[in-house]
Amino acid sequence: MKTSTITRHLREGFKNLGRNGWMTFASVSAVTITLLILGVFLLLAMNIQHLVQTVEKQVEIRVSLDVTADQATVKKVEGELKKLSDAAEVTFIPKAEGLQNLKKSFGEKGVLFNGLEKENPLPDSFIVKAKTPQQTGSLAQKIQKVNGVKKVNYAEQTTKKLFAITDVVRLVIIAFIIALAFTAMFLIANTIKLTIVARRHEIEIMKLVGATNGFIRWPFFVEGALMGILGALLPIAILTFGYAYLTDFVEQQLALYFLNLLPMYPLALQISLILLGIGAFIGVWGSLMSVRRFLRI
Amino acid sequence: MCLIEMQDVWKTYPNGTVALQGIDVHIKGGEFVYVVGPSGAGKSTFIKLMYREEKPTKGEIVINGSHISRLKERYIPHMRRKIGVVFQDFKLLPKLTVYENVAFAMEVIEASKKEIKPRVMEVLELVRLKHKARSLPDQLSGGEQQRVAIARAIVNNPDLIIADEPTGNLDPETSMDIMETLLDINKRGTTVIMATHNKEIVNNVRKRVIAIEAGRIARDEQKGEYGYED
Repeated sequence: MKTSTITRHLREGFKNLGRNGWMTFASVSAVTITLLILGVFLLLAMNIQHLVQTVEKQVEIRVSLDVTADQATVKKVEGELKKLSDAAEVTFIPKAEGLQNLKKSFGEKGVLFNGLEKENPLPDSFIVKAKTPQQTGSLAQKIQKVNGVKKVNYAEQTTKKLFAITDVVRLVIIAFIIALAFTAMFLIANTIKLTIVARRHEIEIMKLVGATNGFIRWPFFVEGALMGILGALLPIAILTFGYAYLTDFVEQQLALYFLNLLPMYPLALQISLILLGIGAFIGVWGSLMSVRRFLRI
Repeated sequence: MCLIEMQDVWKTYPNGTVALQGIDVHIKGGEFVYVVGPSGAGKSTFIKLMYREEKPTKGEIVINGSHISRLKERYIPHMRRKIGVVFQDFKLLPKLTVYENVAFAMEVIEASKKEIKPRVMEVLELVRLKHKARSLPDQLSGGEQQRVAIARAIVNNPDLIIADEPTGNLDPETSMDIMETLLDINKRGTTVIMATHNKEIVNNVRKRVIAIEAGRIARDEQKGEYGYED
């Protein structure tokens, strides 16, 4: 294709936006509204995913040794644990530290444990995290078999339930996003179809004077992409500012430290790129799908 | 040499209407031909076959050496560039100026800007509309709009101009004016085929007349007359 032809297609694409003012407005609005809804869902989905992951990461295995275990046994067990391929993290908790933690967890009443330092009844222990939370159960069984390990604890029932719930949540979110994206695409394709039906005259004339189908399609391609991108701008602005306000509100006003929202960066950037991409894609797709009908003259 | 050759051409529409039955026509380069006949007799189909808006059900159509009835979809645009078509309802783009409407036909075939401007001005001069280049179609009279359509049809130097009732929407005086423009173009060597209901023109400007009745060629006469009462 000649450069002059490419610039012509770009120029025509831009001009057509203006020439078909109201129809452009209708299509861009359809893109805006659907992308806004989609964006809200994406934000929600990514945060839920983040929350689920945080919860899952907290699933850990507590490995206790015998109270009388000596330094050599501790070293040996630590070595064995680290060799396990499913183990991601092995942290040693000496008995003194274990007691400190216990005291802390009792708050003011922790003073009750004062005096136990000399004859510490707690064993040395390890905290082990699996590479993926789902491996926790099988890893615990392997640890049980390690020589010198006295007791292995992990919340078996709780983890099973947790994983069942998080799997469902993930599926529901994915299904929702796919359904929304499809609705958006058909809504936009329909609006664009209206704009093109109004222009079948133009396409007919192009065909009569000998324009190739490709030549006819290009300006519509440019126009569709521009409409999609324009339609994505407002949702991006609304979502970015809205999310900034929300994170601020949650941190400052509610002080809900456990409601751990994803930080603005890189989330805002990711969402913006996703919305721009989806916008451009559905704009182009809707445009080309609709123009296809009129190319058979 | 024959510019257009039709051999035993039949056209049946998907709804069962038989529009043409066994048409045989030879038209030489440089001829001026009227196509006449009652409404619904098959004139429009006959015309549409020539620029491949319709495909024949049976038979051969050869234009300028190429079998357009067998032409592959992707070659149709290139074939159409050698044919200029003019319609009763002008088919101008209302949002483009006169200049842009004519230039459009050249942009579409990827002519360069340098070629487009002088050529568009040249054809606008030929149809006597150079002074209206910046006007929109709405601001022109019917006759002027039709001359813009003719300018668009000839801008790419086609071998053949097909006019489907070009004077159908125009008063007698303006019709004569359009006719003169088409005759001008014909004098420069372009073949013109014109489907018409205009008795005055056919009887006053004597040219070859092909009459189509009930899908068949009823008459084909050099310097013929209109021959119908409407």
